[in-house]
Amino acid sequence: MLKVNNLSVSYGSTRVVKNLNLALADDEVLMLVGPTGCGKTTILQALAGLVPISEGEIQLGSWQSSPSKIVPPEKRNVGMVFQDFALFPHLTVEQNICFRLTDNSLADHWIKLLGLEAFRHAKPGRLSGGQKQRVALARTLAHEPSFVLLDEPLSNLDAALKDSLRWEIRNALKAAGVPAIWVTHDQEEALSVGDRVGILKGGVLEQLDTPETCFSEPANRFVARFLGEASFLPAHMEQVNQVSTVLGPAPAVAVNGASGDVDLLLRPDDLSLILAPDGNGVVQWVRYEGGSRLYAVNLDDGTELKVRVSHENHVAIGDRVRMGITTTHPLAVFQREH
Amino acid sequence: MTRWPKSYPLALLIALLALVPVGVLIGLASDTAELFDAHNLKVLTNTLLLMVFTVFGSVLIGVPLALITAYVQMPWRKLWLVILAAPLAMPSYIGAFTLYAAFGPGGEIANLMGVPTPSVNGLAGATLVMTLYSYPFVMLTTRASLLSLDTSLVNAARTLGMSMSACLWRVVLPRAVTGIAAGSSLVALYTLSDFGTPAIMRLDTFTRVIFVEYNAFGLSQAAMLSLQLLVIVGLVLFLESRVKSNHEKPGRHLSLWPGFWQKLSMLLVVMPITLLAIVLPLLVFGVWLLREGTGGFEFSYAWNSTYASMLAALFAVILAVPVAHAAIAGRAGRWMERVTYLGFGVPGIVMGTALVYIGLQLPFLYQTLALLVIAYILRFLPLAVGSVRSTAEGLDPSLVKAARLLGASPREAFQRITLPLSLRGMVAGAALVFLEAMRELPATLMLGPTGFETLATYLWRVYEAGYFGRAAIPGLLLVLMSALGLALMLSGERRAEFDVTEDRHR
Repeated sequence: MLKVNNLSVSYGSTRVVKNLNLALADDEVLMLVGPTGCGKTTILQALAGLVPISEGEIQLGSWQSSPSKIVPPEKRNVGMVFQDFALFPHLTVEQNICFRLTDNSLADHWIKLLGLEAFRHAKPGRLSGGQKQRVALARTLAHEPSFVLLDEPLSNLDAALKDSLRWEIRNALKAAGVPAIWVTHDQEEALSVGDRVGILKGGVLEQLDTPETCFSEPANRFVARFLGEASFLPAHMEQVNQVSTVLGPAPAVAVNGASGDVDLLLRPDDLSLILAPDGNGVVQWVRYEGGSRLYAVNLDDGTELKVRVSHENHVAIGDRVRMGITTTHPLAVFQREH
Repeated sequence: MTRWPKSYPLALLIALLALVPVGVLIGLASDTAELFDAHNLKVLTNTLLLMVFTVFGSVLIGVPLALITAYVQMPWRKLWLVILAAPLAMPSYIGAFTLYAAFGPGGEIANLMGVPTPSVNGLAGATLVMTLYSYPFVMLTTRASLLSLDTSLVNAARTLGMSMSACLWRVVLPRAVTGIAAGSSLVALYTLSDFGTPAIMRLDTFTRVIFVEYNAFGLSQAAMLSLQLLVIVGLVLFLESRVKSNHEKPGRHLSLWPGFWQKLSMLLVVMPITLLAIVLPLLVFGVWLLREGTGGFEFSYAWNSTYASMLAALFAVILAVPVAHAAIAGRAGRWMERVTYLGFGVPGIVMGTALVYIGLQLPFLYQTLALLVIAYILRFLPLAVGSVRSTAEGLDPSLVKAARLLGASPREAFQRITLPLSLRGMVAGAALVFLEAMRELPATLMLGPTGFETLATYLWRVYEAGYFGRAAIPGLLLVLMSALGLALMLSGERRAEFDVTEDRHR
């Protein structure tokens, strides 16, 4: 089990990672997600021993690393999949995968499983991006690491390839049965692939929980906005799990003990919209998305809400509409900011 | 985090050694009373005129050829490029020697065909020869910047109603100015340091006069002249460092499709250059070979050249490794690397003067092969450093990280990843030093032990003695060496500087 206690990393006088705490179960895939420069790659490099840490400790069964006692990368038994693949250009695919193996049977296993048989004797220069990433993954897993770090493994690949390879990587990690930390800046990737998701901002872990919890009960407004389209509707806390709004009552769950005047987090799927001359809002803009349409509606009190409805529902800009809250699960409420 | 990289102490030592020749010259020159006299002024004027005219001529030839080789689509583009770049690989003294012998009353052309031709000598002759052998600097650097220019600006200008020729003049060339300037400063440095051409053309430039002073035992006067020449070299280097490179986002470059008459006129422009620079020397050597045979030539000359050059190549690469790694490691290391580049700016004749003096002070070195090899190393170390550094820099740092994470110790990662991937650069660097040392003339003349005749020095003695015909074998061997050097240069190891491959911007 990988444990990170109170980890901080500084470059000169700037602390880029602050007091990070993590614990990873045996075959768990943890996604770290955040905007550019939030310190997610630095965390991986610190865990791999590629940058020195300034505070805290990292431990994994057989070893423990701290600022005073640094364990070199090769002693950590960690696997890393790099953004630029980092395949050795002078070695063949097979030689890359077997880099430090004495027994090649495990290499054969991953070569077969990841469909690399045909390129076994090719040099990396001749492979496509997706093939290179498979080789990098096979090389990492064949060396039987105690945990795997993935540094934006899909960011150098085409959009079409990302979707399928994302699942291929997750399945391979699960098949190997190793814990993994996967860094990405793509929130959709984070929510769909991870067992748990950690959202980072400015080197601080804002929330660490299951994808569902992070999405529906974000720890704060930053997390709420980062993980998807979010609207905030003024509301008043009536009971412990009930708010009243201009759109009527709604089930609610208070974040950080919010009470009194609050803002209700509404995702585009929590709302309904019907054309009604006596409605409570006016359509500002509409985005056609193929299977659905996303509308922005200004309520009469000035709040802007975004709502996603079926593509059959066609309402023009400037039409008056009636909005309603359709969801039955509790919605997150935040203390109103003044 | 103030840990010094392991390569620093060694690199620092090598950098300090590279400074020794200049220090020696300053010490030596302080003995002479004359700082500057009337004859000096003449020498200075000749040197500067030769430099300016050669740069001008090189730009005049090099820039249009760069446009043609970069943009014009025609059959055998690579072959054209190789032929047009070839003069760069030949030592200019070969050209000077053969042109001097071919033209003029009593020259080979008059002898064989009875056509009277004007003599090639003096300032005009030296300018002609230097231009013929240094325009490829301008052509290659300009071509590299032309290839990095995105064609979209030209397309924009054309759709705004500008003609193609106006586009080339007003949209394309202004953006290639840094390439032209870089090539021009290389030409200027090459011209300043060249000894053979002004010596054969009997033009009193610094290099020729330094050699005359040295032969007249005026070592301190030679040192003073050397320092004056170094000041001009320093000035050119300073100007070069002021040229700012503008980085545009590279894209697909322009392609031009010429018609028949355009192709023909391009051929007519290119032909005389190639005829004079390559075909004529080969013909002259061929005629001499037929007329005089191999008389006077001894195999030991070729062996001496090879032996000394091999030693220089070997040690230059060994020394280049710590310098290159220091240069990558940090700021201080980059300064150490810069200092070793000093040797490249020091003309061979100046390096020779400094080392002759060192030899006189240290009798165990005087008249030894070691001193000559040291001179080669000090001069050509930058070639090895550049070659080693560019391959080492091309190494993706995450490769070593990946090896470490797979469980390799730093030592194993170096042996299995870093070393095999930088071996090509080391071999290429050694080969470049070897070929340069084979062709080096002035330092070899001054420092070669008594009786130690090389191809280049034998060629010089033959010229001095007037037995031109005996130059055929050493001349042809030197041309062969140059061809090998060219092949190596084009093989892609030095792609960064002289980009001759077609699709750098795929």
